[in-house]
Amino acid sequence: MKKDEVPQDDSSLSEMNAKELCYAVDKDGNYITAKSTGWEAKTIALENAMQVIKERVENARQRVIAGKTSPIEYYMELHKMEVNILASYVGMFKWRVKRHFKPKVFKKLSDKVLQKYADVFEMSIDDLKRVPNED
Amino acid sequence: MKINFTHHQSAHCENGVVSNLMKYNGFDISEPMVFGIGSGLLYCYIPFLKINHGPAITYRTMPGQIFNRFAKRVGIKIKREKFKDPVKAKAKLDENLKNDNPVGVQVGVYNLVYFPDDYRFHFNAHNLIVYGKEDNEYLVSDPVMEDVTRLTEKQLEKVRFAKGAFAPKGHLYYPINFPEELKLEGAIIKGIKNTCRDMLAPVPIVGVNGMQMVARLIRKWPEKKGIKVTNHYLGQIVRMQEEIGTGGGGFRYIYAAFLQEASDVLQNKELTTLSKEMTVIGDLWRDFALEASRIYKNRNADHESYDSIADQLDNLAKMEKGFFKKLRKAV
Repeated sequence: MKKDEVPQDDSSLSEMNAKELCYAVDKDGNYITAKSTGWEAKTIALENAMQVIKERVENARQRVIAGKTSPIEYYMELHKMEVNILASYVGMFKWRVKRHFKPKVFKKLSDKVLQKYADVFEMSIDDLKRVPNED
Repeated sequence: MKINFTHHQSAHCENGVVSNLMKYNGFDISEPMVFGIGSGLLYCYIPFLKINHGPAITYRTMPGQIFNRFAKRVGIKIKREKFKDPVKAKAKLDENLKNDNPVGVQVGVYNLVYFPDDYRFHFNAHNLIVYGKEDNEYLVSDPVMEDVTRLTEKQLEKVRFAKGAFAPKGHLYYPINFPEELKLEGAIIKGIKNTCRDMLAPVPIVGVNGMQMVARLIRKWPEKKGIKVTNHYLGQIVRMQEEIGTGGGGFRYIYAAFLQEASDVLQNKELTTLSKEMTVIGDLWRDFALEASRIYKNRNADHESYDSIADQLDNLAKMEKGFFKKLRKAV
């Protein structure tokens, strides 16, 4: 990549006026460092990843409303987590976390267990019991 | 307390931390030099691991390995510590800062507040340097950021004790025991040989074989997984290729910069030629990423376009195979 080919596209970095460093070749063929505001291909890839998460979050929200899962799954998706990551944050086995996705099991959870989830998601137990726009 | 530490921005976090810590200790070592001696370049497809519901492909070695190999090859020692207890982890960090010792710290990215939201995934192998503390805030030099920044005690504790794969467990590290003079020649040769060995390894998921395997998968995915999942997987491949701050051919360009620097140190003209060749390969990785990203942007791509980028990847594998064979002979 030549110095004048260093991409200066829009990205989430450019939105906060940040630049990243990359390596490029100057006109004499020597390697130098140059700043980039972002690159189209990467922006598209990141947007794609965010879009997938958005869809997963919305899907989880709908399933909470339909009584098919508990809000824990919704907040897990909202925090870009997977079951194994959430399990290690709350210090429980994966199967136990998955069990807590069952609305029936969730309803009977003690405040002590709920508090663990609430701490990870940085919210109150009351908020943990519902998802946005449930009504 | 504030240590007289100079922040230099780098393309990749681990190289940057090592380079910055070496510079602080009076050794002018560039980021590409760290990357090359530490044999950072790699390609590996990890079949049993899923990241963010997609395939895990890495373009560089395991976290921590670059510094370990670099240290061993130039003859410095690294002190590393991990903690179960956040209170002890904080106490140890504060003690180092009190002794004017800036330290490398491994952190999770998800709760790094100064990153844009779309960079914040549960990726736990990011590295930064803490070089002081003022008003109960830590002074932070994150190598991929343009400038230094700050984190509160709580914010730093959160990222040092992120959970999941590669959980940092408060991991902190810094170099100790420096030789009087760094001998780079032998270290460079060892670094290069190691990278050639990795890239040409007779293992199906590693190096050029790994690229060919992923090319085969790309051809199969549309049929097996459907277009939507395939596009997500492709996006993931591009995202891993780029990580943060490795724009375009990313690690390939850093490696080309290393070879150029190495050709001066070793007085080896062949390495200059190979550096140019690596730049061309880096450009092709860029083209690959760009075309892959356009495919999943268009969404209604046909099978031919997947085959076409699989062909590109096959071609890259072929070129890199030839390249590393030549490189192995050149040193």
